[in-house]
Amino acid sequence: MIEIGLGHYLSLGAIIFFLGVIGIFLNRKNVIVILMSIELILLAVNINLISFSIFSGDIVGQIFTMLILTVAAAEAAIGLAIIVVYYRNRGSIRVEDIHGMKG
Amino acid sequence: MIDNLNIMLPEIFLSLSIFSILMIGVFTKNSFNLIFNLTSLIILVTISIILSSPNNQEKIFLDSFTRDAFSNYFKILILLSSLFVLNSSKNFIIDNKLDKFEYPIIILLSILGMFFMVSSNDLILFYLGLELQSLSLYILASIDRDNIRSTESGIKYFVLSALSSGLLLYGCSLLYGFTGSTNFELIATQLNKENAGAVFAMVFILVGLAFKVSAVPFHMWTPDVYEGAPTSITSYFAVVPKVAGLALLIKFMFIPFSNILLEWQTIIIFISIASMILGAVAAMIQKNFKRLLAYSSIGHIGYALAGVATGAISGYQSAVVYISIYVVMNIGAFSCLYLLKKDGQYKENISDLSGISKKHPLLAISLLIILFSLAGVPPLGGFFAKFYVFVAVLEKEMYALAIIGLLTTVMSAFYYLKIIKTIYFDDAIITFETKNRTAQVSIFACCTILITFFLYPSFLNNMVNILFVS
Repeated sequence: MIEIGLGHYLSLGAIIFFLGVIGIFLNRKNVIVILMSIELILLAVNINLISFSIFSGDIVGQIFTMLILTVAAAEAAIGLAIIVVYYRNRGSIRVEDIHGMKG
Repeated sequence: MIDNLNIMLPEIFLSLSIFSILMIGVFTKNSFNLIFNLTSLIILVTISIILSSPNNQEKIFLDSFTRDAFSNYFKILILLSSLFVLNSSKNFIIDNKLDKFEYPIIILLSILGMFFMVSSNDLILFYLGLELQSLSLYILASIDRDNIRSTESGIKYFVLSALSSGLLLYGCSLLYGFTGSTNFELIATQLNKENAGAVFAMVFILVGLAFKVSAVPFHMWTPDVYEGAPTSITSYFAVVPKVAGLALLIKFMFIPFSNILLEWQTIIIFISIASMILGAVAAMIQKNFKRLLAYSSIGHIGYALAGVATGAISGYQSAVVYISIYVVMNIGAFSCLYLLKKDGQYKENISDLSGISKKHPLLAISLLIILFSLAGVPPLGGFFAKFYVFVAVLEKEMYALAIIGLLTTVMSAFYYLKIIKTIYFDDAIITFETKNRTAQVSIFACCTILITFFLYPSFLNNMVNILFVS
């Protein structure tokens, strides 16, 4: 049996974090996927904070996590609202269609 | 107890007034004018509250919130610039049917976020302030919701800004883990070169902050958002969040990261040089005035970061002076755009400025002053801003940075002069309807400040000198 320690939690956080970042850059299909990737990034940060908080016995990390969850909800709400408004004007939310301005 | 709350009186007053005017806006019909005037009043009252509060350093709420000369200075700068931006753009807002009562309220909310940013002394409060500001800015970018360009700029800004917030937050979590605290002063005592994890975290935080001030290589959103968003919002974007972002950057370098100077210095020097070069080169081929101002603002942030890169108090002071004068120049430049109205349409191409000196000599001479100042021609304000930065850089013997800065100044003078050539020597095409009293007042105020700055430059220096006490 291996002992699950802080390093394992941090690796999990790092993997999820980079999955989120890669998801934003590699995805060419749908803006909603970008929204999900952003959510992944924030949750990876939460895993980091909670494991730091547990292993150091300091409660502040868990309080921080609660606040980040709230912010993530607000961010998703505003992001979806902007996407809805864009869809009404453009009729599509494909990432490759978002290129009205160049230069 | 009540003494403690007095320390954050500006924030308390601002949040309570936001709730009140939101209610007034919801329950009265056609309330834009009323809410707009109330907003200006609230900003003025907040300025007077801050002016009447003492400058000595006080900390409350487990040392997470500070009030000192630094935060007071930046709060007043933020409030004054938003007051000018709002009032000069009033006619533009009404002409483009953006006159919803939410508009000034969301601006006030973003100001509240910036207040917490510049006052924060703790990672949690700093992150919440930053998000309050960013969430308001996402809405503002796409406020013209039936316009495809405005909504597209909203999406672009949202995606990239959320990504940068995520990077910054990841840095915050690592910083908390490797130093064991979220308080800036405690982080500073724990941070040193041996703490490799915390140095790694610093890089993430720098990336996030560089994005917020739109420094290269995290500038991709700037031209598109500046071009797509309505001009009144663009002028707000170009001025106010930059001030707050730079204040935060300086604060991070000054307090938590003060012990790992050599580690972050290289990164900031690289970002600064890259911004100066890109700002000078990419602006040359632009045809849209707003896009040009976007690249010019990237360049200007590069100069301000050159001051930060010195890592010395004199460098930070020069960066603060730089951003203060930058604010004045940019408010003036954007106010000129509000005068370019023809048949209810606002023009924003550089070719539309062709020959306006014949029909509108006053507008032409104000643009001349502002563009010369942006280019850094003595004896205008913009020259002194650059002068202080270069003096601070040379004091630290960073000659390469100074030489590249001077070269890019000369290169950027090229495109400013090209606009002046268009204004004065090309054929007149369009006669504009320049009746816009508030924009004229703000152009006049900006030009007066820029022209008369050389008479008493130590006025600004004296204010900035007291900001950094360690």
